[in-house]
Amino acid sequence: MSEITFTRLKRNCKKDMSDKKKLRLAILGDCATQHLATAIRGYGVEEELWFEVFDADYNQIDAQLLDPQSEFFQFDPQFALIYMCSEKLYHSFYETEDKAGFADAVYQKIRSYWELINSHGAVNIIQFTFVEADDRIFGNYAAKTQASFLYQVKKLNYLLMNGAQEVKNAFLMDLNYITAQYGREKVYDDKLYYIAKMPLSTGILPEVAKQVTDIVKAVSGRIIKCVVTDLDNTLWGGVIGDDGLEGIQIGELGLGHAFEEFQMWLKGLKSRGIILAVCSKNNEDTAKEPFLKHPEMVLRMDDFSMFVANWEDKASNIRYIQETLNIGMDSIVFLDDNAFERNQVKSMIPDITVPELPEDPAMYLSYLKGLNLFETASWSEADKDRTKQYQSEIKRTEQRRQYQNYDEYLQSLGMVAVAKPFDPFQYPRIAQLTQRSNQFNLRTVRYTEAEIEKLAEDDHFLTLYFMLKDQFGDHGLISVAILEKQDEETLFMHNWLMSCRVLKRGMEEFIINKVMETARENGYKRVIGEYIQTPKNAMVKDIYGKLGFREAGGGLFVADVDTFVQNKTFIKTEE
Amino acid sequence: MSREEILRKVNEIFWDVFDDESIVVTEETTAADIEDWDSLTHITLISEVEGEFGFTFAMKDVLGMKNVGEMLDIIMKSAKL
Repeated sequence: MSEITFTRLKRNCKKDMSDKKKLRLAILGDCATQHLATAIRGYGVEEELWFEVFDADYNQIDAQLLDPQSEFFQFDPQFALIYMCSEKLYHSFYETEDKAGFADAVYQKIRSYWELINSHGAVNIIQFTFVEADDRIFGNYAAKTQASFLYQVKKLNYLLMNGAQEVKNAFLMDLNYITAQYGREKVYDDKLYYIAKMPLSTGILPEVAKQVTDIVKAVSGRIIKCVVTDLDNTLWGGVIGDDGLEGIQIGELGLGHAFEEFQMWLKGLKSRGIILAVCSKNNEDTAKEPFLKHPEMVLRMDDFSMFVANWEDKASNIRYIQETLNIGMDSIVFLDDNAFERNQVKSMIPDITVPELPEDPAMYLSYLKGLNLFETASWSEADKDRTKQYQSEIKRTEQRRQYQNYDEYLQSLGMVAVAKPFDPFQYPRIAQLTQRSNQFNLRTVRYTEAEIEKLAEDDHFLTLYFMLKDQFGDHGLISVAILEKQDEETLFMHNWLMSCRVLKRGMEEFIINKVMETARENGYKRVIGEYIQTPKNAMVKDIYGKLGFREAGGGLFVADVDTFVQNKTFIKTEE
Repeated sequence: MSREEILRKVNEIFWDVFDDESIVVTEETTAADIEDWDSLTHITLISEVEGEFGFTFAMKDVLGMKNVGEMLDIIMKSAKL
């Protein structure tokens, strides 16, 4: 549970955040939400987010959403939080005749709220799940009958989980999970609810605010992409260099069990698309031995994108890993049981996340789960292949060393690309790429799946996604270009972004060639591009200029279809 | 813990909740004496006192407390000091 107190969050609200990114968040609740609003604003300060909050009056969800002129719509939120409490839910359950149909009816009402919000524009919805409380009127039989509140509230959460899969911009903040995790006594304050209509205890508010902020961060592209882990006493008990293969603790028995579970968790992260890397002070051969020879290891060599074991300091090794993988330091988590190493890394690399692992390995997992480091706003099956993609990348680097001439190396890769308008099959990955890309991102506009779907169907836009593969493997979908029809003759690059994994392959050139071709085919005369600076995208500052656009002032660049000269690239279009 | 010690602790909680270390509370202090002491801040105050002294106020006490002195009475009665 968050160690930050509510009074600290309250005090945070006084801080000047005007130099930070501002986000408009509206709160709609059927209970009193003033303290929740304060906690969220204050937690934003902890995360360098400036929340401008519109906190609707008590129990005004219908009034705010049914009136298109309401304060809510005038506020024009980027995030709309809906908190409907189980206490109120119970009240209407008590009054309803049709107990068995209760969950369906409430679900329909919530879906209508989501639709009303979506009819207005691009708003991300954060819906709280319902706490699965029960009145014990049926005792344990409640779990066995549709007439009980317990049954209906569980069903309602299930319906919401399904609904949030359909409505792509609806995210669920799982209050029920928080209650299960920390216990009803910590989460609730009955007295507060009776006298102030505030169901949540003051003590749990920082944790709830954290979860909301985590979702906002993930939707805004602030996500963890990689875990760099130590080995001795982190992945297994003992020191492989001293204790040897038979001496380390890993496996189902004794202390080893905690490490086994920890490794399983890391493997789960890998399957979700988090890349794993090793950073260990060890001889490389010794460090690899357990992964190759120990029968009870869960993690194996091919689970890691990089394996760095030497006697250099860890900060330098982590920098090397970060540069090779080409991801931001702020998207890396470093795990190490040794406080000295952690402090060294933290002081040398301020942007990296370094959890203070508990002394006792038995506590590693519950501690790390509590931090909720791996929040995401999207997920697709293809994420499973990310490790493989990074591994092939390292093979490419090896191949590059064999060629004196860079063009020869590029030719040797045998690159083939696909360029296609957005299609439903790719919506999740397209949205995800817009959320993940920071460096090669010209205007840094983030889109949810729902927004991508809208763009794809909007005649006002031409859309392109790009996939690239070569002899070492498939990069998958690595770039997105969204062209807005500005007038009869002009297309505006509403956004263009690319995964940094495929930099310097001639992909930028290939994409711009395709963009100009698309413009020509659709009868346009020119394409305008824009670069909007962020702290992270300096690498593409001059990209339009390099690819044959001329500067037009104010960060704008123009290329004319008739005079455009195709850029050189060794990438072929897939037939 | 003596009544004076409890008062001192309560005073510190006031500093924290109202973010103002110039506040001096006495047994006679009421909500009218502190500008920001509204119903919302009252709730924060109650939660902080509960957290500090490890007990929970009864509902009637939250609503019925007239001044800091009465708060001290309840703390002395309910908290394991």
